[in-house]
Amino acid sequence: MTSNLPLAYLCLAAILFVIGGVGLLIRRNPLVMIMCVELMLNAVNLTFVTFGEMLNDISGQVIVFFVMVVAAAEVVVGLALVVAMSRRRPGANADDLRLLRG
Amino acid sequence: MVELLWLIPALPLAGFLVLLFLGKRIGEPFAGWLGTAMVGLSFVVALVVFAGLWNQPEHTYELTLFTWIPAGSFQVDIGFLLDPLSMAMVLFVTGIAALIHLYSIGYMHGDSRFPRFFTYLNLFVFSMLMLVLGDNLVLTFLGWEGVGACSYFLISFWFEKDENASAGKKAFITNRVGDWGFMVGTFVVFFALGTVKYTEFLPLAPGIAATTATFIALMLFIGAMGKSAQIPLFIWLPDAMAGPTPVSALIHAATMVTAGVYLMVRINPILAASASWLPWMIAIIGCATAFIAATIAIAQQDIKKVLAYSTVSQLGYMFLAVGVGGYSAAVFHMITHAFFKALMFLGAGSVIHGMHEEQDMRRMGALRKLMPVTAITFIVGWLAISGVPPFSGFWSKDDILAYALHKSPVLYVFGLITALMTAFYMSRLVFRVFYGDARWGESADAELANLDAHDLSATTDGHESDAAGDHSDAHADAGHAIHPHESPRTMLIPLVVLAFFAAIAGVMNLPFTENLEFLNRWLEPVVGANQAVLHLGGGQLAFELITSTIVALTGIALAYYVYLKKRIDARRIELPFFANGWYIDQGITAFMGGIGRKAFEMIALFDSVVIDGAVNGVGRATRGGAARLRNVQNGYVRWYALMIGVGAVFIVAFVLTQVNF
Amino acid sequence: METAVFVVCALVVLAGGLGVVVSRNPVHSALSLVATLFAIAVLFLNLGAQLLAVVQVIVYTGAIVVLILFVMMLLGIDQEEDLDEEPIVGQRIVAMLVGLVFLGAVLAVIIIGKESAVTGAESVTQAISPNVANVVQIGRELFTNYVFALEITAGLLTIAVVGAVVLARRPTDLQPIPEPESMTDQGDEPLTEPLRSSFRASNANPNDDASGEGSH
Repeated sequence: MTSNLPLAYLCLAAILFVIGGVGLLIRRNPLVMIMCVELMLNAVNLTFVTFGEMLNDISGQVIVFFVMVVAAAEVVVGLALVVAMSRRRPGANADDLRLLRG
Repeated sequence: MVELLWLIPALPLAGFLVLLFLGKRIGEPFAGWLGTAMVGLSFVVALVVFAGLWNQPEHTYELTLFTWIPAGSFQVDIGFLLDPLSMAMVLFVTGIAALIHLYSIGYMHGDSRFPRFFTYLNLFVFSMLMLVLGDNLVLTFLGWEGVGACSYFLISFWFEKDENASAGKKAFITNRVGDWGFMVGTFVVFFALGTVKYTEFLPLAPGIAATTATFIALMLFIGAMGKSAQIPLFIWLPDAMAGPTPVSALIHAATMVTAGVYLMVRINPILAASASWLPWMIAIIGCATAFIAATIAIAQQDIKKVLAYSTVSQLGYMFLAVGVGGYSAAVFHMITHAFFKALMFLGAGSVIHGMHEEQDMRRMGALRKLMPVTAITFIVGWLAISGVPPFSGFWSKDDILAYALHKSPVLYVFGLITALMTAFYMSRLVFRVFYGDARWGESADAELANLDAHDLSATTDGHESDAAGDHSDAHADAGHAIHPHESPRTMLIPLVVLAFFAAIAGVMNLPFTENLEFLNRWLEPVVGANQAVLHLGGGQLAFELITSTIVALTGIALAYYVYLKKRIDARRIELPFFANGWYIDQGITAFMGGIGRKAFEMIALFDSVVIDGAVNGVGRATRGGAARLRNVQNGYVRWYALMIGVGAVFIVAFVLTQVNF
Repeated sequence: METAVFVVCALVVLAGGLGVVVSRNPVHSALSLVATLFAIAVLFLNLGAQLLAVVQVIVYTGAIVVLILFVMMLLGIDQEEDLDEEPIVGQRIVAMLVGLVFLGAVLAVIIIGKESAVTGAESVTQAISPNVANVVQIGRELFTNYVFALEITAGLLTIAVVGAVVLARRPTDLQPIPEPESMTDQGDEPLTEPLRSSFRASNANPNDDASGEGSH
């Protein structure tokens, strides 16, 4: 633990997380938004593994395992939603679904 | 035997429920017989209970059925308080009600809503009994409102006619004013004494502050004024005559209108504890009511209106008695009045029935021969109310006047004048209905013409008898259209029974010796402590009795000269001012239509501007704020995600402030 | 060596990440994502998580990204997005701002706090053992300490599959999603108009009310 390398991992993960988050906020294509969510999840995964490495703990990797499963489920449902949406309104983006307004 | 007490109100209630649900199926006349039987049984039970009450300590028995409203320290039971006062009330209420039920079977014969009439009557009797027997103010108020509602139903019983419907409304609304007083009085009783049960708060009365007692008594007196038709709330009672005559007899003469007197007698310890001006005020209001109503009664043409104003006047007497501390005299007069006034109303009903729904005295006359039973019983009632010894009214009225004299000679004199007028207008009624010429089927205009002719002939003196003869010929022609007939037996039996009691009820309380004052001694446990004490010497008693007799006979004689001998023009006495009831109705209408309406419109304006403004202002502010806040919810999912991000930044910023490195 | 691998991979990760966000064409985004995920898999290897690296390649790049590309192909929603246009006022700026502040805060914590930014003690019971294979160790953990979580995850996946089938099923009564109705002009109506009108109606005929008292 003398090296600063794990901290660099953490910094990288933070940057990736923010890139994903900002992308989620500014992109309108639902598929790209899903990809941005994947970026954020991977940033978190990277953080978990780094923490596991820093604390010499295997559970960091186990948690990543679960995150991957959840991510897969999320992608499946998200894509199904995209499919359902495109059926009703071909070419729709996230901004076109505005029924949830006050 | 007193344990049967609960049966007394339960029987009319049962009758009410049965008639309510099965009345139409039972139909005429069995619905009437059922209602009568229930009230009659109730009377029998009351007699049994009465016998049992003799064995109770202080002649008082309390029965609590169940707790009605348990709310913290405020607890109201459905419980009955049977003491000499309520016993006396129960006896005459059920007794007279049973007779009037019987009478109604004949009177209401052929009415399309015959069963409903008895449904209401039974409900009325039940409510009245709750009023009288209730052991707390709230239960009394329940009965109070119940009888008010029944009164409303029954006044408007023939609601097809607008007048009847609005008469019912008038009674109801006027009574609301009084009910307000009753409610406020009840609240203050609870507030000041912590309970509304008579047996609990009345013994505390001597200990409370005079101001509180005065306020309670004043509020309850306002309630009594509404229910018992005292000035200025008496305006509803004459209009209440729109109802069927048995209703007038039962509710608006014998029982319900005496509820106010009952209430005043019931709370006599509070009256005693209040400031001394309050009994004076009650006495003056009672006296004024008696006097004014008597003057109005002199000038009325409608037979029932005369009796209505007479009732108001007699109720005034009772309040006079309450005001001067003669509680037992008030109850005494209440009972005798119930007998003779119910009798006279029923007699009037019989006349109206026989005359085919004719109520105007100008078109009656000489009915004595055609309706002998009605006439004889009515005459008994007349003598009773006029105060001719030895009929009951003489004794009870004299009792009141004795108490009035004890308090103040002025009240006594006004009482005597009222007694004179009472004798006068009742004689007028009797002479015009049962004696004199037969004027059936004539129009009222003909009567006026008759009077004009009579006026002319009086100036020329000698031709009077000829003129009268001509007129009677003319009447004979007109009279063929209507054939007055005697009423059926169901109507006559109550008349006879009531006439019997109206004649002899005076023996309840003869003033000659202590031993003969049965009612006084009977009521001793309830009112004895606060009753004014009379020490009548033999001479004073004789003076009063003789004066009363002379006054009564003078009134009758005057009426005889005016209406039978026609020595004096009746129009000099029947002033329009009296005929219009001192223009009180018109005054109220003018006030309500003018200043009152303006005031109400101001209040309405206040309501619509300030109250509604506040309410709508809150709504508008909410809506305006929401219209701006709504922009936050613009429907863009990405915007919502951004808001989550902003929130996350804030949370991170907060965490950073908490971390030390 | 480790540092060199990290630097290269980090550059690929960042470039890929930016590529995902800024590509107009979603297919390019997907390809950038593949690059990022691969680089992360290498970083996992670098951190000694061999199993995760393999699973990352197989599941993410092999399954998920392919799935996304399939959907694009099936629905034909690969038209280019106009990134210059932004319908929500301030969305982009605020998003950047939020991202920068967030990033600044996290980086500040990591750089200032150094090692102490990571709290917690070194593991004793679940320590990474150099003698046992990474796969074996993770497998043991999953089927001992995390067995319930594993079972629940299985349920989650099943539910996700069923949900996806239900959502993507072609509905019998297909209706286009309606445009949201315009709701801008609702805020200015008076609140009590019906009440007021009835009040006026009852007052409209004052003579009627007044005559009721006097008629008897």
